[in-house]
Amino acid sequence: MGDVRPGNLLRTPRPRVIPVLLLKENVLYKTVRFRNATYVGDPRIAVKIFNDKGADEIVLLDIAATCERRKPNFKLIGEIAGECFMPMAYGGGVREIDDVRTILKLGVEKVVINTAAVENPGFVTEAARINGSSSVVVSIDARRTLFGRYRVCTHAGTRRTSLDPVAFARRMAEAGAGEILINSIDRDGTLKGYDLSLTRSVADAVDVPVVACGGAGSVEDFRTVFRETPASAAAAGSFFVFQGPHRAVLITYPTEELEVLFGA
Amino acid sequence: MCGSVIAVIDYDMGNLGSIVNMFQRIGIAAAATRDPAVIASAERLVLPGVGAFDEGMENLDKLGLANVLAERVLRARVPILGICLGMQLMTLKSDEGRKPGLAWINADTVHYRAGVAATERLRLPHIGWNFIDSSRPHPLLDGLHVNARFYFVHSYKVVCREAGDVLAETQYGAQAFTSAYAHGNIAGVQFHPEKSHRFGAQLLKNFSRWSGDQEGAAHG
Repeated sequence: MGDVRPGNLLRTPRPRVIPVLLLKENVLYKTVRFRNATYVGDPRIAVKIFNDKGADEIVLLDIAATCERRKPNFKLIGEIAGECFMPMAYGGGVREIDDVRTILKLGVEKVVINTAAVENPGFVTEAARINGSSSVVVSIDARRTLFGRYRVCTHAGTRRTSLDPVAFARRMAEAGAGEILINSIDRDGTLKGYDLSLTRSVADAVDVPVVACGGAGSVEDFRTVFRETPASAAAAGSFFVFQGPHRAVLITYPTEELEVLFGA
Repeated sequence: MCGSVIAVIDYDMGNLGSIVNMFQRIGIAAAATRDPAVIASAERLVLPGVGAFDEGMENLDKLGLANVLAERVLRARVPILGICLGMQLMTLKSDEGRKPGLAWINADTVHYRAGVAATERLRLPHIGWNFIDSSRPHPLLDGLHVNARFYFVHSYKVVCREAGDVLAETQYGAQAFTSAYAHGNIAGVQFHPEKSHRFGAQLLKNFSRWSGDQEGAAHG
């Protein structure tokens, strides 16, 4: 008989720790500050490893789709989602309501909108109205200017806008985004730790969950971002796919370490 | 399609591949379908769903599935598991929409903020892994220990009008909500078992063996 005992209610679950996988030409790459893409491997194999390790969730981003003006690769997304027994979010080239619908139907829980959210905030509202806010993530790529201000970038970080990420996050939450992923371009791939002030200002500004991304280099960085900011989840790329000073590819997930740090 | 014992209802509300594949992974025959004949002969039904309440109800009507489902669930008493939106559609109504629900379970779907103190800052949707708690022995919970975690992603919650229908509760913010209900052959879970690793696999395995008895305790 089930052993799910009373008294279980007051336990706080561990915040989510999420591998972000970058897709380009249908295989995985990893960038540094959104440049210098290094080949990582086959997405299906990566997902299988994360299944086995019991990862909290994965985010799959096609970083070439928008720049190449093409649709998401639905066939590949479907293959990956079908083998993914943990929650999955997909982003990259999502510009139309039909894209959102198709992707969710493939077995993906959440659709990530980035460039299209900047160009047309009404798209976020419409996507949320039809599919529910919980299926819509807006990801914000932010870069620091020479004067220390943050600006939202689009097209995989290649185009800078005049938008402030905090104000934009607030607007996106109002538009219907169910989650905000805030990605620091300056920290991407550097393993120097999260941009805590950026994460904190975005998370303070909205009442939807915020996922911190960019810069994680150790399990300690996850702990720091949860201690120092109200982020609901911590995402990372390099941390999960590279090992050692020469960045040898080794896809893994620190299941046991996270249990030690945060409890089951 | 023939011989499929579990029919996963395909009504254009997302999330089918992963459910079918999770069943396959644990060695249970299941197929996604919108064919009334297949649904009428299935031994078990899964009503999945990601999306908005009204669109879900509309699609069930549009595809002509509401009648065959009601016939199977209410008359033939075939075990049914509603997942996420599927759980909510089986209630009387939802704050999210204007259409009436399937009304197979005496419960309402309300916005998560309903009943939450106005002063409490609560991040919504509730997204992430969480524990469940139950004081009611039931075959669906077989083999799930105290550390079993499930993945949630929702902004609405089900409130049962009959306390006895609550199967499990989960804490988010200062209060607990109904994360699973079971009444006779009708069960629903707010979380996604198909995305909850071995814990979800265990629950789906339990479902595939569940006879849908009114009182599960006899199975213990």
